[in-house]
Amino acid sequence: MSKYLIRRLLGMIPLLLGISFVVYALLNLVPGSPTDQYEFNPTIRPEDRERIIENLGLNDPWYTRYFTWLGNVLQGDLGNSFLNYAPVDSAIMSALPNTLILSVTSLLFALALSVPLGIISAVKLNSFFDRAVTIISTAFFSIPSIWLGLLLIIMFSVQFQSWGFPSLPTGGVRDLRGDSGFLDRVEHIILPAFTLGIVQLAGWTRYVRSSMLEVIRQDFIRTAQAKGLKERAVLLGHAFRNAMLPLVTLVGLTIPDLFGGALIVENVFSYPGIGRLTVQSLSASDYSVAMAAIMILAFLTVIGNLVADVLYGVMDPRVRFD
Amino acid sequence: MAQQSETASASLSTIESENRGTMLDRSQLHSTPGFYRRAWRRFRKDKVAMAAFALAIFILIFSFGAPVVSLMTGYDFARGDLTKTLLGPGEQGHLLGTDANGRDILTRLAYGGRVSMMVSVLAVISALTIGASVGSIAGYYGGFIDSVLMRFVDVIISIPGITILLLLSVWFRPGPVGLAFVIAALAWTGIARLVRGEVLTLKNRDYIDAARVTGASNSRIIFRQIFPNVLSIVIVWMSLALPSLILYEATLSYLGFGVRIPQPSWGNMLDEAKEFYRTSWTYVFIPGFAIYMAALSFNLIGNGLRDALDPRLNS
Repeated sequence: MSKYLIRRLLGMIPLLLGISFVVYALLNLVPGSPTDQYEFNPTIRPEDRERIIENLGLNDPWYTRYFTWLGNVLQGDLGNSFLNYAPVDSAIMSALPNTLILSVTSLLFALALSVPLGIISAVKLNSFFDRAVTIISTAFFSIPSIWLGLLLIIMFSVQFQSWGFPSLPTGGVRDLRGDSGFLDRVEHIILPAFTLGIVQLAGWTRYVRSSMLEVIRQDFIRTAQAKGLKERAVLLGHAFRNAMLPLVTLVGLTIPDLFGGALIVENVFSYPGIGRLTVQSLSASDYSVAMAAIMILAFLTVIGNLVADVLYGVMDPRVRFD
Repeated sequence: MAQQSETASASLSTIESENRGTMLDRSQLHSTPGFYRRAWRRFRKDKVAMAAFALAIFILIFSFGAPVVSLMTGYDFARGDLTKTLLGPGEQGHLLGTDANGRDILTRLAYGGRVSMMVSVLAVISALTIGASVGSIAGYYGGFIDSVLMRFVDVIISIPGITILLLLSVWFRPGPVGLAFVIAALAWTGIARLVRGEVLTLKNRDYIDAARVTGASNSRIIFRQIFPNVLSIVIVWMSLALPSLILYEATLSYLGFGVRIPQPSWGNMLDEAKEFYRTSWTYVFIPGFAIYMAALSFNLIGNGLRDALDPRLNS
């Protein structure tokens, strides 16, 4: 197990290096430079602009800059923003917890609902409940999260307020005038986490259902029923655990979608996380921040996949780590 | 079972009618419906899939018939009346209302749909071309080529797709056609894996060996022997990939990295509308609903096609 972990962790190094190289190349081959904003600025002389470019090191070829960047990152220095010269790591550190809270909340929300819904659907096959779950999960599977997010804002923030009901905030992560206590944070996470989780919820429910149906048909379930176990014990003790195995893999595989979805949802809800930072820095040609933000997303994804693989082994004793 | 007996009675009646005629055509006597004909029969019985199919056809006609829609509404998609902004549906002759610039939303929806559908369809076709080539080469030749190509696919799959799309889109600042290629540059990995897996199992079949013995070249084996057998997977993949590419296009345009205004697309219509969520909810609702209906209908068609083309699942 520990050997396997070490090998996987070592395997992450070339993967992350590869990703960083590709992303750096893409970012720096883009025509246009962070100093374009000064080009038509009458208060900045052309020689000043040249000096800024020289100071930022932008006269070197991009592959030289990549290795400088890599060396700095390995020493824990993510550099400064091209835009406001603030250190990149402070921007990242203020955004990262928000993204983690959002992703984990929606992941838990999707898991907590999809597992019981899928199991009940499979056990009560072709019942009214099963049909309803199938129809709803199919309907939600292809819903655009940008649209769903806006509709939720219109419904629960705007309309509820106008009807005099308690309403939810339209975006952000805390009430700027309020106490920004725990309840305030919860209020702000409900709509984004629901929007992000609903697509996964729909997909996973269908998956749990079909995986459960497959397991229920197998011989060891019949054996368990034949020896007189209660239906509940058969379902939860025997079928459930085996049906969950493929789900762990699926959850691992959807982790890139989860962080990609977080990027979209954060922008819909003006939620100050890594995804919003990525889009804002890309729009502003602030490549040092964009680089760091994208690498963090990639890093989280790679870690998430690793965790899913390890969990799979923990849950399924037949898997040997070697 | 019902299908089988139907088939049997159909061929019986063929025999009878042939016997009554003067000539007996042996090829017709023994003809059973082909694989795709049988699949189509299964598909036609699937009410949900057929309804989705009708909806998809309607959306395609509405989108690609945008100039006709413009003629029927009598409004231009780009020209607005600034005295009539943010009208609700049905007000002053605007069936779906007007946007913040006083432009007719129904007309813009058709033109936006034309761009969105064109981008998504073109992206699916390009992704298929790349993915099927990479997948069949990797699966057929195996060895070093296979591992290099598949590690590359692994790297792409392990980064959130939307970040790569944003990067490529920042780099190329593409128009609609370029945007389709940018989306395709990301979307080919799924079909590449599927085709590779299928080719891996197919290439060891006896009929491939037989083809090789007769002296068929590699490309002939790939295109004439293997390709027809992966076609059904390809069809199902296309119809299931199209909705996710529709969503990608909409999301990119919404974030300002896709189709750029003044050219309307459903995504950037939603982007323009979002600021007015307090004043006109229909303005926000309509373009998103169009995206949703397009994605949903193709998704349901894909589910139906999967059931129809893979009889093993029809238990």
